[in-house]
Formats: sequence, structure tokens, C-alpha cells
Amino acid sequence: MAEKINLRIDNIAVSVDEGSTILEAAKKINIRIPTLCYHEDLCVAGNCRVCVVEQAGSDRLLPSCAMPVSEGMEIMTNSLKVRKARKEVIELLVSEHRAECTRCYKNGSCELQELSSEYIVGENGYIDLIPLKDLTIDHFSPSIIKDDSKCIRCQRCVRTCSQLQNISALTVAYKGEEMKISTFFERPMYEVVCTNCGQCVNRCPTGALTEKTYLNEVWSAIHAAGKHVVVQTAPAVRIALGEALGMPPGEIVTGKLVSALRRLGFDSVLDTDFTADLTIIEEGNELLQRLKKALVDKDPTVRLPMTTSCSPGWVKFIEHAFPEYLGNVSTAKSPQQMFGALAKTFYANKLDVDPEKMVSVSIMPCTAKKYEAARPEMRSSGYQDVDYVLTTRELALMIKQAGIDFFSLPDDEYDSIMGESSGAAVIFGATGGVMEAALRTAYEVVTGREVPFEGLNITPVRGMEYIREAAVKIDNVLPEWSFLEGVELKTCVTHGLSNAKKVMEAVRDGKADYHFIEVMACPGGCLGGGGQPIPTSTAIRKRRSEAIYQEDSLKPIRKSHENPEVVHIYEEYLKEPLGHKSHELLHTTYKERNRY
Amino acid sequence: MNKKHLQRLDLIFKNEHDTEKILEKALARPDDDLINDLISSGLKGRGGAGFPTGLKWKLTSEVESDEKYVICNADEGEPGTFKDREILSSVPHKVLVGMAVCAKIIGSRKGYIYLRGEYKFLKPQLLKIIDDFHKLLDQLNLDFRVEIFMGSGAYICGEESALFESMEGKRGEPRNKPPFPTNSGYRGKPTVINNVETLAHTYSIFKYGPEKFRDLGVQDSRGSKVFSVSGDTPIPGIYELEFGMTLQKFVEDFGDGDAKAVQVGGASGFCVPRKKFDKTVIGYQGKLTGASLPTGGSMMIFNSSRSMYNVLHNYLDFFVEESCGQCTPCRVGTQQLLLGIQAVKKGEQPSSYLDKLMELAEAMRVTAKCGLGQSVANSFSSIVENFKEEMIY
Repeated sequence: MAEKINLRIDNIAVSVDEGSTILEAAKKINIRIPTLCYHEDLCVAGNCRVCVVEQAGSDRLLPSCAMPVSEGMEIMTNSLKVRKARKEVIELLVSEHRAECTRCYKNGSCELQELSSEYIVGENGYIDLIPLKDLTIDHFSPSIIKDDSKCIRCQRCVRTCSQLQNISALTVAYKGEEMKISTFFERPMYEVVCTNCGQCVNRCPTGALTEKTYLNEVWSAIHAAGKHVVVQTAPAVRIALGEALGMPPGEIVTGKLVSALRRLGFDSVLDTDFTADLTIIEEGNELLQRLKKALVDKDPTVRLPMTTSCSPGWVKFIEHAFPEYLGNVSTAKSPQQMFGALAKTFYANKLDVDPEKMVSVSIMPCTAKKYEAARPEMRSSGYQDVDYVLTTRELALMIKQAGIDFFSLPDDEYDSIMGESSGAAVIFGATGGVMEAALRTAYEVVTGREVPFEGLNITPVRGMEYIREAAVKIDNVLPEWSFLEGVELKTCVTHGLSNAKKVMEAVRDGKADYHFIEVMACPGGCLGGGGQPIPTSTAIRKRRSEAIYQEDSLKPIRKSHENPEVVHIYEEYLKEPLGHKSHELLHTTYKERNRY
Repeated sequence: MNKKHLQRLDLIFKNEHDTEKILEKALARPDDDLINDLISSGLKGRGGAGFPTGLKWKLTSEVESDEKYVICNADEGEPGTFKDREILSSVPHKVLVGMAVCAKIIGSRKGYIYLRGEYKFLKPQLLKIIDDFHKLLDQLNLDFRVEIFMGSGAYICGEESALFESMEGKRGEPRNKPPFPTNSGYRGKPTVINNVETLAHTYSIFKYGPEKFRDLGVQDSRGSKVFSVSGDTPIPGIYELEFGMTLQKFVEDFGDGDAKAVQVGGASGFCVPRKKFDKTVIGYQGKLTGASLPTGGSMMIFNSSRSMYNVLHNYLDFFVEESCGQCTPCRVGTQQLLLGIQAVKKGEQPSSYLDKLMELAEAMRVTAKCGLGQSVANSFSSIVENFKEEMIY
């Protein structure tokens, strides 16, 4: 056990583990020290100097986020000296920030704005540096807008991109007055290795990094005459939307979400969970087919391990970083894109709507989904399959704009045909969920029996550990799957691209003999996505995860292949998994991308 | 008038051809003895910060680690400082002896000279000397090798932790302290990092014993110091002088008879006006301004023909460009100081804006992340305080 250190903060005694910081110690006794560059998920930087505190007997102030406690310390977090210095620092930050608050997308949710109001940064501030600089806005990416004039150089994004994701698309360039956050040779974000995961957007304290919003486009579509607007909602939205509207983390608001979407005026309120179930059928069969080719046909061209393909950040990552492994990625489209392709074909046909008049909107916990929808491969219906992607945050804003009192909304149900889903689809929103859903179905397809786990809960693939491995022994198989008799199916689940990189390196170096790997680009999976409510932290992600597994356990249907609408769409339209129609609409291709 | 000149010393630059003997003698002595000699000599870091050298070596020697490093900081980037270049040109073997003895004491097998990018011309001759030195180390059975690492010209990389980052191939940005280099320096290993001059002094201490060094100087500022003298002086150059002189004495010896201010310690140091010359002692102890000034050895003399506004403008220009940009007070503060004095000069801001900037300078001093950020506003505060009218009119 770590040794305890005793200190006093604002005259209150506190005892914390050795190695704790002053900030952590203060938190323990409910003293809030303002921070900016600090983020719980990231390594300590000590850049912004907002969190400085005074130590008795010390001339210089200490950064509480970076300074470890020591025995007998006397800390003052709110002395005159501290307040003066903090205010100076905030004024300096405001002077290098384009403070057009009322016209800013982050108005009301900007941490710098909050601090300047708390410290009453008045008009006698410093000289505005913005007109003197040639700072630009990069709005070329379909997912992320980067406005350098609002950047306060806290480097949260840089640490997110290098540490959490190991991408380093965003790095620090130049020094002194010219220091800024930039990309490889200052190319626009869409030209570099950026995976559009949006983890930087989720952590940016100001409006320097924001999602590209399509709110106006969606409102216009809703109100346009003759348009039929369908909306799909991703699994992780229903357990996080409440946060963006003021609820504590981990509230399940599925029914209210559906109600709100109807009130907003969407013509069909459908569920991405439906196509999540469909993904399981297609991807599960693809895996079994690959296994058959490898084990029975001894086909040397078959690529194993197979990896999932539902996380567009992950897909873009592997296109950049491990292009030689593109053949290992499941060709199954993500649930969003399967939905998009089916909406403007199967569903439009069912409703007798001209697909040209259909507008397909999706609500996603993700910024990379915006980019995915814009990929040229995603036009199987003959149109752009998904027209607009909104994040959970954007939907919350729409609900506010419409004056809807979300909390008093009655629970409602999704429209039919593409609105039914199983518990297996819900857990797509958590890391390990796709793997669990796939195993629930694949095991049963092969053996005719349910997966041998209590209550269908495949706990070894659950949790927040960054790399989790699980092996499932397959025996007493049905006759047509005899080649799998006795096979131990080896799986791996990982989340966060830095961990995905480790897994892929192990595969490349022959140190991993997995059959199936689930990768989610974001920490925690979609529930921790870049489009989710701000803030995020380990504790918040844990609450969201609990909500997801609760939603699963409450579902009457827990297995994708038992979803009646899925059964129906195969009978009526798709005919068989991996069949002709499936290939046309539900599968895709990938391409190699540059390394910078 | 009977004018007594300051004593010119010749400890550092005397070219003594006894490297082998001194090194052999030192290596044969117990580590504790050597450390005690350094501590009792009173030697403090000559880069400007003045950390006791013996203590630094002692702390590093006490840390358990499979790898340790000795680094000679030759990034001499402070405007107005050029002594380390001369030391490395004329007596590099003294520096190498200092590094080798340090290596023996702390248990290091690898040393680096972080050489300022602009001193590239020194590299060939240094490599040759290092090569010969390695042969000597082999004879004396000391498993230690020295390499040169070339800096790339960023001022901030003279700050020790930014220097480590730079050596590790990263962007040169200072780290949070603690941990200090004695525990976690280059590649996260315990590291002794000393200025060129500091290492050269250790040679003299090992040769002559700590007493001779200690006899020089005053109170907490012991020994001699190499000064880079520039500006309005008939005799610019490098001089080794005893610690503890007053600026008055210094100006009498080196000024042109019309000195109105001396900038002590380079652009990040303090500006002392004529009226405070006799009260200002060059040394480490005491309160910073007015009483005693620590210094890396840069002495810039300005006579009455100089505009102190231009002097300050020049320094701030330098910092606006050379701040690493990492922490707010230094990155934005330097820009605001520069723009602020321009605005006051042009009449776009009232003269009272200087008072606001003085508060900013104080905030920068107490909040900045590294030694550079904490000291960039020194020149501003001391020049504005003493030459306010020159800032306004």
C-alpha cells in the first residue's frame, strides 16, 4: 500500500497516497481548483497554468495538476496572489482567443468562457492578438472543424491524438508566438491520418475543434415539402442523450428519444440496432465462411484473423496504418451504412416512397460516422445512402431548439420494418459488444445450442480493460459444421486506437493467433465516442456501459438471429446471408491511404 | 586617483598539460572524498541558476539505476553569453575530466556534450579531443564514453529538461518538475547536467583542492566566474573574475566612462541602472534586484547614447520568438509585453498601461512552467522600473 502524505489545503487537513497531486488531494476534500489543460483521461501537461496554487513559504506558485503532494505542505488555493495570477493567465488566454462568444458553436459549453465569467475578465484586458495573426479555419473535413483562432494551445487534443489514439495527426508546430496545433505540413485534416474519431473534439475546452454540424440541413429537410425524412439512432445514443440534456450519466432514455424524434418531425423513426442485428448475421456468416475456407478448403488466400468493420475510425486507421491487412477487415458495412443502403431501397419500396425524395439522417455517438456517410463507397442505393449524420450532442441541441421538455415526454416505440432490435444489437455501443453479439449467434448457428454463459452474458469480453482475450471451445456441432468440431475460437477485443495498434502489431509479428478481433476506435467503444456528451471520463464511461448492459438484459429478444424483422428481411428481400443482394447493399471495400 | 583594478584570474583558461595526472589522481580517490571536496569548495552551477554542484552529483549518485548519464550543457544560447564557446575551444580537456570524474562517482557509462547548433565549427576539433580522451579512459580503465549531440538552435533547449526532450528526438519543451534530473533526466534516467564552465571548474578543484576555490569570492558565491563582457566597452571579451565585485567596480574597469546601465545575466537577466551600481553585488545570494545578482556571466554595458526602449524591445522580440509556446504566461505574456510597450510608445495606450504590464510580469514570474518563462520578464521589470520615462517619451 502506498504511503500516506498529510497536508493542509485551505486550512483543511487531508491525507492522500504518496504520488497524488495537489489537485487530487483538493478534490478529495471537495475543493475545486479550476483547470484547463488538465483532463482526467490524459497525461498531465501543466501547460495552461490556470490551476496554480500557493504554497506557504514559496515565492512561486505551483501547478496543482502536476505537483505531487509532500508531507506538511500548506496549500492555499484561493489566496489573493493565486487569484491575481489566475486572472492574469485567463486574461492572456482570452487575448489569444477569438472571443466571438455569441457567434460560437460552443457558446455556453466553452470552458474558457466559463472561467472568464467566473474571474470577471473585464474590458481592461490585454491587446487582442487575433487581428495580428493569420490563423485559419480548416473546414474541409466532413467531420471536424478546426479553428486555430479559438485555440488556446492547451494541447489536450495533441495528447488525445498521440496518447489515447497513437495517431498524432495533430501535433504542435512552430514555437513562440507562432506556436500552434497543426498537422503534417499543415495539410487540412481530411488529407492526413486523422481518423475523424473526434476524441479531440470531445476534449477541446473551446470552440477550436468542433464537429461539423448538419443541423440546418436536417431542419431544412424536415420542413421541406415532399421529403420523407427517416432517422436512425445508434445504440450508444439512447444511454447518453440524457446527459446532454442535464441528466446524470447512465440514464436509459430510449422511449423519450423516440418520442422526441417524432416531435421534431422525422417521418420514420427507425433504429440502427436493427441493422446491428443484421451486421451480426452478415459478419458472423462471413467469419464462419472464412473459417471453413481456412480449415476445410485449405484456401491460402483466406485472411484471418477477421476484424470488425463497424467503427469508421478504426477502418480509416487500418487503411492508413496497416493497409496490408485490409483483407482481414470484414467486408460487412457498419450498421449505419447497412441501414442507409436498405432505407433507400427496401424501406422506400415498402413505403412506396421515391428514394430520391427520401432524406436519410442518423444520430450517432460519433464524428467519424459523418465521414463514413460521405465515403464514395457508400452509395449502394444509387444515392448517398446516409445523407446527414448528427452527433448525440447535435440532437440534444435540436431538442432544445424545438422547445421540447424532454423529461416530460412519454416513452414511445420505433416504427416497424426497420425498428425492431435485440439486446445483442444494443451492446454494440460498448466495447466487446459486437464480439458478444456475434458469439451469441455464431455459437448457436454452429452447435444449435445457446452460448454456454449464464444468462447469455459473455462476461470475459466485457469490461474496460484495453485488450481482452477470450477463447470459446466449440464442440458437439451440427453436422454441416463438422469442420469446427473441437475448434477453440480465439477472440480479442480492444478499444482506443493506441491499443488497436498494439494488437495489429502482435498480429503482424505472428504473436497472436486470433480468429476474430473486435476493434472500436474510441475508449469504451461507441459509448465513449467523439460525438457523445462532454465531458467524458472513466467513471462516466462506466455508467454508460452499465446502462447498455442493463438495456440488453431487459430486452425480450437477446440474440440477433431471433430478431423477427431480421428474419423477415431475409425471407422477403435479402434471401440469404452473404447472398447477391447482401453483397450489393451490405458489403463494401476499403482502400490504402497515405502514412502521414 | 589611485584606481585599483579587479583581479583578473586565470584558473579556467590556463592550459595545463596534466589531464592524465589529474584524472588518474581523481579516479583513485573515494567518491565521498570527491563529493565532499566539491561541496566544501562551494561551487555552484555556472549556467546561471546556481544549484550546488556537489549536491547535484551526490543526489544523482544516491539513486539506484542501471543507467545514468552525464551531460554537458553547451547550448549557450543566452544573448550576450559566449564564454562556453571559448572554454570548449581552448580547454575542452578540463570539461571532459569533469565529466569523467562525475561518471565515476554517479556510476555512468555514457556522457553527452549538447553542443549549440551555431557552434558546429567546434565539432571536428572536439571529436578529435574526445577520441584521444577515450584512449586515456581506456588506459585508466574507466568505462565511459562521450558523444556530441548537436542542438538545432532553439533557445529553450538550453533549459535542462527541454534539452533532454530534444535529445530524445522530441519537441524541445520543458518538463514538469519534479521529477528533477537527478532522479529522472535523459531517457527518464538519473542524469547530472552541468554547464560547460561548471565542469571546467571541477577540474581546478580536483587539482588544487577545494580551499583555493573557496578562498575566492564572498559568502555563498565562491570561486571565480567567467564573464562575457559586451556592449559599450572599449575592451569586450571574456574575463575570469572573482565573485563578489560590485557593479561599480566592474564598470570602472570595463565601461567607457559613460555607462548608464548594465544588463546582468543576458536577456533573461536584470538591468541595473547607474544609481544602483555600487549597491549591486555580483553573486548568488540575497534578494535578486538591487542587492545581489546571479548570472550566467553575461555583462552588457549600455552608455547614455542607448535607448533603453530599444534594448527592451530587442529582448522581447527575442523571447516572443524563442518561447517554446507551451505555457500560457510565457507564450502570450511575452507577446503582450512587446505589444504593450509598443502601444505605450505610440500613445495608443496610456502610460498607466505599463503598471498593468508590471503586474503581468510578476504573474509570469510566479506562474511560468520553466526557468526561462519565470525569468523572461526580468529584463522588462527592471528596465521599466528604472527607465520608465524612456518607455513613454
